[in-house]
Amino acid sequence: MISVSDLSYGYRDTPILTDITLEIPKGGVTALIGPNGAGKSTLLSLIARLMPLQSGRIMVDELKIGTCASTDLAQRLSILPQVPEIAARLTVAELVAFGRYPYHKGRPGAEDLAQVETAIEVFDLQALAHRSLDTLSGGQRQRALLAMIYAQDTDYMLLDEPLNNLDIAASRALMQLLRQMAETHGRTIVIVLHDINYAAAYADHIVTMKEGHLGPCGAPRDIVTDALLRDVFQTDAKVRRLDGKMLIDV
Amino acid sequence: MRPIAIGLAALLALSVLSLFVGVAELGAGDEAWALMTISRVPRLMAVLITGAGLAICGSILQVLVRNRFVDPMTVGTGQGAALGILLVTIFLPSAPVLVKMAVASATALAASVGFLLIAQRLPPTQPYLVALVGLIYGGIIGAGVTFVAYQADLLQFIDIWTQGEFSGVLQGRYELLWLAAGVAALSYLAADQFAILGMGRTASINLGLNYGQVMLFGLIAISVVSALTVVTVGMIPFVGLIVPNLVSRIHGDNLRRTLPLIGCSGAALVLGADILGRLLRYPFEIPVGTVLGILGAVLFLWLLYRPARHAR
Repeated sequence: MISVSDLSYGYRDTPILTDITLEIPKGGVTALIGPNGAGKSTLLSLIARLMPLQSGRIMVDELKIGTCASTDLAQRLSILPQVPEIAARLTVAELVAFGRYPYHKGRPGAEDLAQVETAIEVFDLQALAHRSLDTLSGGQRQRALLAMIYAQDTDYMLLDEPLNNLDIAASRALMQLLRQMAETHGRTIVIVLHDINYAAAYADHIVTMKEGHLGPCGAPRDIVTDALLRDVFQTDAKVRRLDGKMLIDV
Repeated sequence: MRPIAIGLAALLALSVLSLFVGVAELGAGDEAWALMTISRVPRLMAVLITGAGLAICGSILQVLVRNRFVDPMTVGTGQGAALGILLVTIFLPSAPVLVKMAVASATALAASVGFLLIAQRLPPTQPYLVALVGLIYGGIIGAGVTFVAYQADLLQFIDIWTQGEFSGVLQGRYELLWLAAGVAALSYLAADQFAILGMGRTASINLGLNYGQVMLFGLIAISVVSALTVVTVGMIPFVGLIVPNLVSRIHGDNLRRTLPLIGCSGAALVLGADILGRLLRYPFEIPVGTVLGILGAVLFLWLLYRPARHAR
């Protein structure tokens, strides 16, 4: 379980997060949605210890963010940032292999190599394995980064808008893979999504955010309503129900 | 054939050539043996260690600063070492050589940390700015060295440290470089850590890398190797800039694979320049720093105008 209590964060005089208290249950897919600038990425970055805490407390199971060893957390939790800034000239296979670093610290064993191979297969990257990252398209690059996180094999995965750059086939494949990881391996996936249709279709829980505050949280069928779109996103889009599914009429 | 094998073969050929290039006639028997062990072999070793060490340092600094256009010998590390050795010469002239080395390493480290702090505040969107600021920063420290030397009437000394050349290398006067060789070799143990650092801050934290510790280890390695080089043979420009860039363009940035290649190529480049410097105006010598200054500028231009072709 990830538990966040009384978390506030600001940049100079501008508050970005205000008094966030939140529990993300273990196992399952939790979607984080909200308008631009709501503080979703900041929340994710703080949980992943990418930025120092200013006030409040975050626990990932028994590990306290800010005091636990970074290397312990790296075996428990991984993050895919929104704008991965990798400028190094690495091949896809080399990048994915670094996902195993938290375990082998430089001396990969047979198990590490097997995990890397699996990750490359799962994301359908065999043909690209020896291509340099800087020769790939945005979507291929995104898949390579996802494969690295997959190889890291952590209980918790934080994904900041992973559908960026992915076409509809790759987007659906990723969401199905995440569901499968949650259901069969008990993984906890926290994912920032912009398309509420994807959140409604694939998430177990939805957490909404607006202007640094927490909005309604709960199962998609309970909270995805016209009122939510109006209050959180300030838009008059309508939610339709079709064959028991929710669809947002854009 | 694997690139490292080609590199080692080229290096071996150059090494043999280097042993047989010199003004003194290579006779036979004991005299030839003495010439080899007192002068030719030490010179060869000094060249190899310096070339490999500086190239490896350049590649580590480029990872730490996350900028491909910096070289320890131009952005203050080398100048910091020169300042340290100058200060020891003035204030503690009778200090044992290891103390002098320690002081030079410490001032080189301080200068490197200073550069890193400045570089981190520059906008990452303008990579050339970091290189330019580095040149200015190194230039200011270099000017300080000249000023202090002028005041203390030691100007002729600083030439030894700033003009890199190997003609003074003899048995008994270069052995400290083996320490540099050891430190450079040790840095290979952290090749994976440096490579992850090169992937950026977020990726490093995500993988649980101890950012500060790796950074400090890298800075100390660069400072010690640079200081030992400056004190023993003097500043040698461009090796730390060109070699890592060339290798990265062709073989990428997986340092566990490329660091040996970088070391090997650096040694070959400096050795080639040293042999050239000995032959061009035979029997006179052109300092290796001058040869590399010209060679380096040409290579660097070629590098800038040529598209990368790593793992296409």
